Amino acid sequence: MLDFPRWKTIGISIILMLGIVFSIPSFLPEKTLNSLPSFLQAKVNLGLDLAGGSHLLLEADIADLRKTQLSNMEKTVRTAMRGESGPADDIAIGELSNAGGKISFLVRDQAQLDDARERLFSETQGAGLTGQRDWSIDVVDTTRIVMTPTRAGQAQAVANAMDTARDIIDKRVNALGTREPTIIRQGTDRVVVQVPGLQDPGALKELIGKTARLEFRMVDANADPQEAAAGRVPVGSEIVPYAEGEGSGAAFEVLRRQVMISGEQLIDAKQSYDQQNNQPVVSIRFDAGGSNTFAKVTAQSVGKRFAMVLDGKVLSAPSINEPILGGSAQISGSFSVASANALAISLRSGALPVKMTVVEERTVTPELGKDSIRKGAIAGIIATVSVLVLMLVVYGRFGVYACVALVFNVFLIIAVMAAFNATLTLPGIAGFVLTIGAAVDANVLINERIREELKRGRKVFQAVELGYSEASRAIFDANVTNVIAAALMFWFGSGPIKGFAVVLTIGIVTSVFTAVTVTRMFVAHWLRRARPTSINI
Amino acid sequence: MRLLKLVPDDTNIDFLRWRKLASFMSFFLVAVSIALVATKGLNLGVDFVGGQSVRVEFTQTMPPIDEIREKVGNIGLGEATIQQFGSDKAVSIRTALPEGDKSAAERAGQQLVSGIQKAFPTAKTGSVETVSGKVSGELIRTGAISLGLAIIGISIYIWLRFEWQFGVGALGRLFHEVSLTFGLFAVTQMQFDLNSVAALLTIVGYSLNDTIVVYDRIRENLKKYRKMEIVPLLNLSINETLSRTVMTTVAMLLALGMLLAFGPDVIFGFTAAMLFGVFIGGYSSVLMSTPVLVWLKVGPDSFIPRTSAGMEGGERVQRKDDGAVV
Repeated sequence: MLDFPRWKTIGISIILMLGIVFSIPSFLPEKTLNSLPSFLQAKVNLGLDLAGGSHLLLEADIADLRKTQLSNMEKTVRTAMRGESGPADDIAIGELSNAGGKISFLVRDQAQLDDARERLFSETQGAGLTGQRDWSIDVVDTTRIVMTPTRAGQAQAVANAMDTARDIIDKRVNALGTREPTIIRQGTDRVVVQVPGLQDPGALKELIGKTARLEFRMVDANADPQEAAAGRVPVGSEIVPYAEGEGSGAAFEVLRRQVMISGEQLIDAKQSYDQQNNQPVVSIRFDAGGSNTFAKVTAQSVGKRFAMVLDGKVLSAPSINEPILGGSAQISGSFSVASANALAISLRSGALPVKMTVVEERTVTPELGKDSIRKGAIAGIIATVSVLVLMLVVYGRFGVYACVALVFNVFLIIAVMAAFNATLTLPGIAGFVLTIGAAVDANVLINERIREELKRGRKVFQAVELGYSEASRAIFDANVTNVIAAALMFWFGSGPIKGFAVVLTIGIVTSVFTAVTVTRMFVAHWLRRARPTSINI
Repeated sequence: MRLLKLVPDDTNIDFLRWRKLASFMSFFLVAVSIALVATKGLNLGVDFVGGQSVRVEFTQTMPPIDEIREKVGNIGLGEATIQQFGSDKAVSIRTALPEGDKSAAERAGQQLVSGIQKAFPTAKTGSVETVSGKVSGELIRTGAISLGLAIIGISIYIWLRFEWQFGVGALGRLFHEVSLTFGLFAVTQMQFDLNSVAALLTIVGYSLNDTIVVYDRIRENLKKYRKMEIVPLLNLSINETLSRTVMTTVAMLLALGMLLAFGPDVIFGFTAAMLFGVFIGGYSSVLMSTPVLVWLKVGPDSFIPRTSAGMEGGERVQRKDDGAVV
């Protein structure tokens, strides 16, 4: 017990000093923090339940994605069959259907079947690790080609779409100008969005809930309104409903299927005001290709109407009074400034490849968070102090050592959490209390063992030595089981349970270090200096 | 300075005399808890049943609960569950998961918030949670899996470190503690949510801590006093660790009591469950976790390394310098 080597003392002291130094930034206000050198800027993040803010869990509509995937392939098939070098190269097809999640069509000339197959094969791509393609191409009844998406292809399509969706949501949320939002993919088809400090998630939800697929299409002037109301429209046209609150009485428009210009050709979108009625609108600008098309089409169609379609709903269908040159336009609708701004951001960031719905939402207002943190801190301090007093009253000098070690433990936990950039949540505070309990228990075990050994008539040094060595076994086993529990919580648990497990794991490691190693150092130095023949414990 | 001793020196209480009574008590309480959960059910929070929950804080005096219930009922989302927190100005208002697609919960959440703001213009809506049916199903599953795996994983560790009888004892004790805590949630109808699962896991961890301390002492004594009968040996082990059990339990109760009294009401349920768990844990350490070792016939042979049993076993006799032998 007396031989506590100098290097060990120095090593432990350095660790404790580092613990204090690295825990300090977490107590400082933001302003002071920025003036510190960068290695000292790591601090413990506060979870949304403490800092206030919004947590949204978004889930992709996979069925919608499959539909898009299918219709894209349908277009690809039609293009591929048209051939590159003029009509002579065309392959005539018929009866194309996309029922049942498959694309199936007839090749009219059986001699061209192999050629058709070849062309389609070059349109498919490898998916997964097994060399599979994303679509399988089969010939049925010698003249019919059936294309089915493979499982690997579907998985890859989902993965790609989710990556894109995450990036786009990231752009949109960042455009809100909030501080440090977290946007991460979760599982195969989900994205978690966490925005600290956000009070009203309404704007956020509106922002990320929009697919923002924008299309400019011509209104079919030849459609007979009565026929259309009964669901009959000319070939090449379709019925598109008005968005809620738009259309001033009309429920739908009959639009040409062909898209004149789409959202991909935008280079800018921003909220502004209509010069005539001062209503909020969204001003957009097209790229060169888009501007040309827009100018050409509008020049040909003066007097006709075109429609702006957002996510499959008509926003407005103005008449073309003169050719629109210069490549800019205004999207009008019944917008508020906020919703016009949200649409502008969505348009700028591009269309979401798949529809996302909010499946979980948790919002905590900053005041409530502040209240929780204040009460939590006060209660934590009172709890810790009362335990410290109990230790002092019961174990005297050894209680003092235990208390000092406990205070170091608090600093170390905060320092390690800061270093790992961990997040402190309310259950995390509870975990904090539990590790304090575990640290106290370790010292109780040691001190009780010393008492016991003294009672058995052992000398002071021997009793202390035995107290530490015999108690360590139980402390070790107890903490390993807690680590097992914490690890399982971290792997399988969700949200709050994870936050709890992180603090618990860090706390177990630091509390064994302070409660066993650090107190042992104190005791060893005291024994060596004072050489007591009896101790009061 | 005279130091405080929570437990007098050299206690020699025959705890195992009550083992039949204690075991009966435990079986009885576990049965009652299971029956309570089956009949009264748990007050599951939005985490586990889906739906929407809003925390409302009243700036002036709080209207009577019945008035809140009636006004919230008029919003059109069905009957609301209203729960008061520790303070007398805040309530949690929860309505059931609406029928419909997966974004139905989110829409209903907006409806609930605006409805509450209309009915109580001066009240503040502090936090809003909406969980769809799909997510809540997953949360139940992951919560149950992590709880089950924690119990099994820990029992396996104890089996490996000690002997199989100890593993069984630990498993039984964990089952006991978890059932009783579920019983508490059923009786009080406190909201059972993800935080409660964290509390359960903490109780599991804490109770394990206790079990190991007692079992470690039993293992040590089994090696030390090879000729002692099992019942007196267990009694000796419990008595030797008694002051530690009491001290740690008191310290934990003290800390948790302070958290309960002064902490934020958001963790009230969590702390209350922990407090209960620590209390049960103290009882289990002393009376519950050892009888199983008697029935499973743990003896001095359990810890002799099998290969060197003959060589080492003969030499180890009762140590003479120990005055504390009963």
